[in-house]
Amino acid sequence: MIAEAGLAALWLAAALAALQLVLGWMGVSSQRTDLLAAVRPVAVVQAVLAGISFVTLIWLFVTVDLSVALVAANNASTKPLLYKFAGTWGNHEGSMLMWVTILAVAGGAVALFERRLNERTLIATLSAQAAIGLGFYAFLLFASNPFARLNPAPAEGQGLNPLLQDPGLAFHPPTLYLGYVGLSVAFSFAVGALVTRDVGAAFARAMRPWVLGAWILLTLGITAGSYWAYYELGWGGWWFWDPVENASLMPWLAATALLHSVTVLATREGLRAWTVMLAVVAFSMSMVGTFLVRSGILTSVHAFAVDPRRGTFILALLAIYIGGALALFGFRVGTVREGSRFDAVSREGSLVINNLLLSAILGIVLVGTLYPLVAEAVTGEKLSVGPPYFNSAAGPLALILVAIMAAGPIMRWRRDDLKATLTRLAGPMLLSALVLLAVVLLAPGIGILPLLGLVAAAGVGVASIAPLWGRNLRRTPLYIWGMVVAHLGIAVSMAGMAAESAFTRETLVAGRIGEEHRVGPYSVRLDDVQPIAGPNYTAIEGTVVARRGNGAPFTLHPQTRNFPSPQTETNEAAITTLLDGQLYVVVGRSDDEGRWQLRLWWKPFVTLIWLGGALVAFGGLLSLIGRVRREMRHAPPRETI
Amino acid sequence: MALKAKNQRLILALLALAAIVGAALLAMSALKDQAAYFYTPSDAKKDHVETGRAVRLGGMVQKGSIERLPDGVTINFIVTDNAETVPVTFKGIVPDLFKEDSGVVAEGSFQPDGRFVATNILAKHDERYMPPQVAGQMHKTESLDK
Repeated sequence: MIAEAGLAALWLAAALAALQLVLGWMGVSSQRTDLLAAVRPVAVVQAVLAGISFVTLIWLFVTVDLSVALVAANNASTKPLLYKFAGTWGNHEGSMLMWVTILAVAGGAVALFERRLNERTLIATLSAQAAIGLGFYAFLLFASNPFARLNPAPAEGQGLNPLLQDPGLAFHPPTLYLGYVGLSVAFSFAVGALVTRDVGAAFARAMRPWVLGAWILLTLGITAGSYWAYYELGWGGWWFWDPVENASLMPWLAATALLHSVTVLATREGLRAWTVMLAVVAFSMSMVGTFLVRSGILTSVHAFAVDPRRGTFILALLAIYIGGALALFGFRVGTVREGSRFDAVSREGSLVINNLLLSAILGIVLVGTLYPLVAEAVTGEKLSVGPPYFNSAAGPLALILVAIMAAGPIMRWRRDDLKATLTRLAGPMLLSALVLLAVVLLAPGIGILPLLGLVAAAGVGVASIAPLWGRNLRRTPLYIWGMVVAHLGIAVSMAGMAAESAFTRETLVAGRIGEEHRVGPYSVRLDDVQPIAGPNYTAIEGTVVARRGNGAPFTLHPQTRNFPSPQTETNEAAITTLLDGQLYVVVGRSDDEGRWQLRLWWKPFVTLIWLGGALVAFGGLLSLIGRVRREMRHAPPRETI
Repeated sequence: MALKAKNQRLILALLALAAIVGAALLAMSALKDQAAYFYTPSDAKKDHVETGRAVRLGGMVQKGSIERLPDGVTINFIVTDNAETVPVTFKGIVPDLFKEDSGVVAEGSFQPDGRFVATNILAKHDERYMPPQVAGQMHKTESLDK
């Protein structure tokens, strides 16, 4: 009965979304206050019902109800509890239910908490949110019902893809989905503002926390995904330009641009039409991302669901939402009032260039990701686009972007003087020159890209702290700190990427037990290999002892795991994090002569890549807290619903 | 030099246009060089991939072709799409799902003697995985055989 209850809640939530859309539509067009007033409670109840439906599915997974087809296909009673729980969204139907639940809850939160926006714009926003929700409810109810029964129920489920049985990955999709859905709220705000022709600072301030929140979660999701690929796949790399990675990078690029332009709109009343456009684009990118990952259309090493019918469904939704919003934008953009003016050399000017570069990079990634699909549709030829394309096309733009990032925050709003700006940039430029000199002298022969990366990281690192100079640090607003920390995070990440590609050392051997090998400054000895048993897998585990010079030895335990259900093997690299880098050990197979394959990497400062990502997200969080606190202080007294 | 509103919009529009055209040109030139990144053995024979360029080679590991060299970490094998074959050398730890008669994607480059030297063998997340390009190619050759 529990599954039926969940399905019923889902139908009811869908019906309420339809009601929300119709009520809001009629209310906004007729200006009837009774209709307008009814929309908020409907949005809240819809959120509650969607939540009930999702909790029901979690319950079915945790209790391993094998009479539900989805549970039988993705769960097993032998799985650790964490993965029964996380298995709820480790599959197509469950993840789509989570998507729509987060969407509904976000809509409910807007209905409950948003007080500063004018009523009609807010109701139009909630209608837009309901319209998005309806499409996804329809998708779930007609094309991927998570509550479908399986008769007869099997005695045991098929388990979860072992590669997904990892604490990091259990919480990776929710993070990204929360980010995607946060952008849907920004999109709804943009549609609402276009409908009521009310594009201005109030709308930008209402939208900004959602954009910031979405951006923080996308940043965290991408960082975590990169680290997961690094330690779980055993390739020792951290970014592959895989389409699934691009699917999360593209919304991030758009959200980053939107974040900067919405600030111009909120504080300076500039870039009105552009900001609305970006909000549409950012959500479009999360839809494209969902489409790419969920349609199974890609040549990806991790596109999970392969079902063309669903792909067609999402593609249709994509066309309706993006097409509809772009049409609305086209009709209404003429009525958006002129923003305030600014000089080319100014904070706004640098943010415009930042936006253009981010958009250009987004375009390059989008083209590279979709080109194979289009080419196949047009010529029938199957091909794929790889890292060489992305690096050579996006790399130069990224470097210019980073230079702008150093200059922008120390420029004044509205108009600035080029000479004065360059004077303020003297410090960072001097430091960059010193780093350039030092690297060329101390590490001759490193590639041009790592060299540029290190130099730029030093320059940006110093420039990003510059806005704090001469300020009273204790009275500096939190959102300034946020910007400083986020920009510093980019510098830290860049330093990590450059160091990793310039200084990594690798050793690959087949060795007998007891033999010593060298990698970078370490000597490494394989002491033992033993079979062991895990909760739902068996494994062979190596005991590897490493020491640096005459330092204290430490032990690592790389594993190769064998999962019976479904039959899969995974490599668990053993990674030791040291102050100046990571030692990364993978054990392979044995051969007839009793030798074991051993792959060793010494990766200096590689952790800076993800530390930087975390810093960027933390900067976003500081900014969000600062903004929200400021808004609350200025908020009108709370009304009752 | 405070600009007039109209001029400013015009300049912004021109800048945006320049950025888009620039990005498009960059993308096009990179695509022209790099787009053909994935090859099946038949494609590789047909298109004469220049030696030393980073590409992916996909196909099935030919039955009985895996040969392990005495150093313990180098293997030779043959990638086939049932029409053409390419000999491959790889130094490293092969992913667990690498075995005879199953799909494989190798990253690397062709050598002057026609051999493909792989720097990376892509791990698959699923035992049923076969690169779509290979599936299409196999389908084509099977249909031709009949």
